Amino acid sequence: MRTTKKNTYRNILIPFASVAAVIIIWQIVAVYVVGNTFKLPSFTEVVAAFITDMFGSRGTLPEDIAVSLYHFAIGMAASLIVGIPTGICMGWFRDIDIALNPIVEIIRPIPPLAWIPFAIIWFGLTHAAAGFIIFIGAVFPIIINTYTGFRNVPKVFIEAGKVLGCTKNSSLITKIGFPSAIPEMTAGIRVSMGIGWMCLVGAEIFGAGTGKYGLGKNLWTYYNLHQMDSVVVYMLVLGVIGIIIDILFRHYVNKQTVRWQNNME
Amino acid sequence: MAVVSVQHVTKLFVRDEGEPTVALKDVNLEIEEKQFICIVGASGCGKTTLLRIIAGLETTTEGSILLNGSPVEGTDTDRGMVFQEYSLFPWKSVIDNIAFSLEMQGIPKAERREKAEKYLKIIHLEQFRDAYPHELSGGMRQRVAIARALANEPKVLLMDEPFGALDAQTRNVMQRELLEIWAETQKTIIFVTHSVDEAVFLADKIVILSPRPGKIEEVISVDLPRMRHRTAPKFAELRKHILESMEKSATIR
Ligand SMILES: Nc1ncnc2c1ncn2[C@@H]1O[C@H](COP(=O)(O)OP(=O)(O)OP(=O)(O)O)[C@@H](O)[C@H]1O
Ligand SMILES: [Mg+2]
Repeated sequence: MRTTKKNTYRNILIPFASVAAVIIIWQIVAVYVVGNTFKLPSFTEVVAAFITDMFGSRGTLPEDIAVSLYHFAIGMAASLIVGIPTGICMGWFRDIDIALNPIVEIIRPIPPLAWIPFAIIWFGLTHAAAGFIIFIGAVFPIIINTYTGFRNVPKVFIEAGKVLGCTKNSSLITKIGFPSAIPEMTAGIRVSMGIGWMCLVGAEIFGAGTGKYGLGKNLWTYYNLHQMDSVVVYMLVLGVIGIIIDILFRHYVNKQTVRWQNNME
Repeated sequence: MAVVSVQHVTKLFVRDEGEPTVALKDVNLEIEEKQFICIVGASGCGKTTLLRIIAGLETTTEGSILLNGSPVEGTDTDRGMVFQEYSLFPWKSVIDNIAFSLEMQGIPKAERREKAEKYLKIIHLEQFRDAYPHELSGGMRQRVAIARALANEPKVLLMDEPFGALDAQTRNVMQRELLEIWAETQKTIIFVTHSVDEAVFLADKIVILSPRPGKIEEVISVDLPRMRHRTAPKFAELRKHILESMEKSATIR
């Protein structure tokens, strides 16, 4: 009992205290050391800016969040739809692996933001253009991890499946390969969501999207307006949403697989 | 007529460089229905290879396997297999592992679980119905693997050193249980082991395989009544005979 109480203490109070300390130091440095809102807006200014951006009549933060999540959803959906089947085929069929591997290895090192010109030429100034950049960033970790997961399906599982009447490739993939590869695949999806979220900002800043809303887009607008307090608001919102996405995903995955995965780490 | 007939089976494993490995050379074997066959032999003499060929997981270089007179090609549900290593699906609970073959037959979930229940009972693991493989001991896992193979209702059950990884005591318990299961389900069992003791305890017929190239050295019928006593003089005599036969085959080359 005492230890659990002590742990709650540690796990809640200490992080809380350290965040509070950083905020206080930030405020002091901003007001008394730097003394220049443009170079370093203070904590209180940022809070005020957040309230205006979120709730004020001219604030666009809710729209920006919605549009950025929309871009993210397009990119992630596309990368799952393309990445998982590609990874499965490469992991399962030797010839497809040999055929696609050089293509993947040539395209993969190209930084996603380098695709922005073509994203705009191909998709115009649409949400799909931003989604495309996120797709490019997110699809490779999904392909690679799905591939590895399927490559490493223990041979004995496949053979046990075959002896028990699971003989067709399609049923071996769905009944044996897929569940066996799930830990690897979810790890890949998690990485890809992190990368996708980072690509989002770059894509929007460089003009992929409809050019009106978006967290990255308006972070840049506020920079051009020299409203640095709002820039900080957008930075923090990007960070917080990134964490929330990760936590939600991990929570969902744990609920699905934690029982059988326990000691397979 | 024999249920399983191994006819002139030769198996070469071709390697990139050097001579191919002759895992089996002209192996002939007839196995009658409901018999309990044990295959013994030194490590690397081709026991697993022979079993995998019968299962249809490996092809022959020459010769063929007949099942009730017709040649086998690939795996089929008439032959079940229990593997040397742990082979339960870690993502499925005990009952769903047992029901896997029924799932493959397209039987709905509730119905197949009900059917699998029967085999859960045979292996005495009712209270572990919803456990996952990582929550089970080694002996329990192999019992579930046996139940999973049986649920498919194969004619022949192939077992590759299923108790090899267990401690001596658990192993003895498992051997007794297996004999009970065998009596209850009336299967033909082909059981690979390198423990002579285990073979004499279990088998109707013991096949001694000699190494490099793997071929049949001797086939011995065991007509001791069950349950056998390891301490009985006849048991010791038979064990000695088999050990000598294995030693002879190993030292000839
Ligand atoms: N896939 C393979 N490729 C190449 N050689 C193989 C392969 N499988 C088995 N062999 C060779 O065939 C021979 C027989 O192997 P096998 O696994 O059947 O022996 P075993 O009697 O089961 O041995 P153990 O008691 O150690 O399990 C060995 O020399 C082995 O190296
Ligand atoms: Mg073996």
